[in-house]
Amino acid sequence: MTSYLAAMAVFAGLYALMALGLNLIWGLAGMVNLGLVGFYAIGAYTAALLSVKLGVAPWLDVIAAGVLSAGMGAVMAVVTARLKGDYLAIVTLGFAEVVRLVASNEIWLTNGTSGIANVPGLPRAFLSEEAVNLVFAGLVWIIVAVVAWLLGRLSAAPFGRVLRAIREDEMVAAVAGKRVIRFKIQAFVVGAAVLGGAGGLYAHYLGYVAPDAFQPLITIYVVLALTAGGTGTMRGAIIGSVLVVLLTEGTRFLGAVLPDVTPVRIAALREAAIGVALILVLTLRPQGLWPETVTHRKARSA
Amino acid sequence: MIGDLPQILINGVLSGAQLAVPAIGFTTIYAVLRFPNFAIASHASVGAYAGVMANTTLGWSIGLSLVVAFLVAGVVGVVSDTLVLRRLRPSGSLTTAIGAAALGIVLENMLRFAFGNDPVGFDLPVLRDWKLPLLDLRVGPQAAEAALASLIVMAILFSFLAFTRSGRMMRAVADNPMLAGLKGIDAESVARRANFVGMGLAGFGGMLIGLDTSVDPLTGARVVLPVFAAAVVGGLGSIPGAVAGAFVVGVGEEMSTLLLDPSYRTAVGFAAILLVLTLRPRGLLGERAL
Repeated sequence: MTSYLAAMAVFAGLYALMALGLNLIWGLAGMVNLGLVGFYAIGAYTAALLSVKLGVAPWLDVIAAGVLSAGMGAVMAVVTARLKGDYLAIVTLGFAEVVRLVASNEIWLTNGTSGIANVPGLPRAFLSEEAVNLVFAGLVWIIVAVVAWLLGRLSAAPFGRVLRAIREDEMVAAVAGKRVIRFKIQAFVVGAAVLGGAGGLYAHYLGYVAPDAFQPLITIYVVLALTAGGTGTMRGAIIGSVLVVLLTEGTRFLGAVLPDVTPVRIAALREAAIGVALILVLTLRPQGLWPETVTHRKARSA
Repeated sequence: MIGDLPQILINGVLSGAQLAVPAIGFTTIYAVLRFPNFAIASHASVGAYAGVMANTTLGWSIGLSLVVAFLVAGVVGVVSDTLVLRRLRPSGSLTTAIGAAALGIVLENMLRFAFGNDPVGFDLPVLRDWKLPLLDLRVGPQAAEAALASLIVMAILFSFLAFTRSGRMMRAVADNPMLAGLKGIDAESVARRANFVGMGLAGFGGMLIGLDTSVDPLTGARVVLPVFAAAVVGGLGSIPGAVAGAFVVGVGEEMSTLLLDPSYRTAVGFAAILLVLTLRPRGLLGERAL
C-alpha cells in the first residue's frame, strides 16, 4: 500500500511539473498547448535513448530532455507567433500525433511499439520496490518545489507581468512597448522545457518508455489539473495535479462497485469521467477552485 | 519511379476527395463559430458507427447508410454543442477549443462503452480493381465510388450555401457576424445549422474512411491530422480552400510514399501545416489568419 501511494505521489508530481509548465504557457501567456503529451514524450525518449544508448548520466539527460523539448516548442511558437491562437492549438495537437507516429515507426531508434526497456533509474537491486517509490516520490516533489519556486519568481517578476498583460490584451501590451512576440516565444519555450524535463524523469522512474504511454488523454489530465486548481497560479497547478490523481485512481474502484460491467466499459467510463470533469470545470468554475488573485497597487496620491 | 506518377496522382485525387468532406465540416464550423472544433474526430467516428449499424444491422444500402451517417453525426453535433460548447463560447475561442477536445474524449469513450474496441466492418462485396487501358492504371471501384459520393455531397453543399436562405445566413455570419446580427440574423440558429452541417459532413467522411478501412472508436482520430492540414492549407474558414487543401494533402500523402514509409502518410499533413503557416498563413484561398 505504501508503495502504491508513493507511486501515485510520483505521478501526481510529474503531472504537477507539467501543469507548472502549462501554467507559464496557458495560465500566464494565454497560449494554448494541446500537445503537452508530445513534449512529455520527446523528453522521455530523449532521456531514455541518451542513457541507454550513450550511457549519459541521468541528471544530464533530463536536462537534455528539457532542452530538446524547448527546441521543438521554439519551432512551433515561432511559426505561429504572429497568428491567432487557434493555429498554435492545431499545430501542438498535430505535433503530439506525429511524435507518437515517429516513436512507433522508427524501430532502429525507438524499438517501435515494443518500447525501450532498462532505462537506468534508482538501483532496484539494493532497494525494495517500496523504497524506490518513496525515494523517487521525494525526489520528484523536491523538483516540483524548486520549479514552482523558480516559476513563481518569474511570474512575480516584470516578465510575468508582461505575460499577463499579453494574455489580457496583446494589443495593449504592444502599445505599451512590449515585444509581444518575443515574450510569447520565451514563455512557450520555458514551459516546453519543463514538460520535457517531466518526461525525462518519467523515463528514469519507470525504466521503460513506449508510444502507448503517450496518449492524448495525458494532455487532458494536465489541462484539467491546471484548470481545476486555478489557471495562472503555481499553487493551483500543484493542487490540481493531486486532485487529478485522486480522480483517476478513485475511479479505479468502479470495477469493484460494478462487477457486471466489462473491463473495457469500466475503462471507457473512467476516461469519459476525465473529459466530463474538464468540461464541468470549464463551464462552472473556469477560474479554478483556488483562483489567481491579482493585487492592484493603488496609485500613490502625490 | 516517374512511371508511377500517374497512378500516384489518381490515388491522391481519390483520397483527397474523401478528405475534403470532413475538412469542409471543420472549416465550416470554424468560419461560423470562430474556433477549431477538435470534437470533429469523435463525430467522424459517430458517423462511421451510425453507418455501419444501418448497413449491417438494418441491412440498408451503402448510399442510404451514408445519409444515416450524416444525419446522426449532425444531430449529435447540435446536441453536444448545445449542451457543452455553446456555454463555453463566451469564454473565448481557445477555452472552447479545449472544451471541444474534452468533448471528443467523452464521445469516443461513449462509443467504446457501447461498441467496444474491436473494429467492425461494412457488408461489402469484394471487387476487383478496374484496369484503365491507358498507362496501365488501376482504380479500386470502392475508392472511386467514395470519391463520387464526396463529389455529390460537395455539390449539394455548395448549392445549399449559394441558393438557400439557411446557406446565405451562414455565409453572412461567417463573413461578418456583427453586420449579420444587425440584419436580424439569429446567431444561435445559424450556429445550430453550422454544427449540423459541419458535424454531419464529419460523420459522412468518417463513414467513407470506415468503408476504406474499418470502424472503431478511434477511426476519426486517425485521420484528424490530414483533415486539419487540408483546412489550414486551404485557409482556415474557407470552404473552397478546404477542398483545394484536401487535394493538395491527398496528393502529397501519396507522393510521400515514394520517399517515406507509408505509416508516415499522416505526418505529411503536419509538415504541410508548418510549411503553409510559415510561408502563407492564410492558406491557398483563405482571407485572414492574424
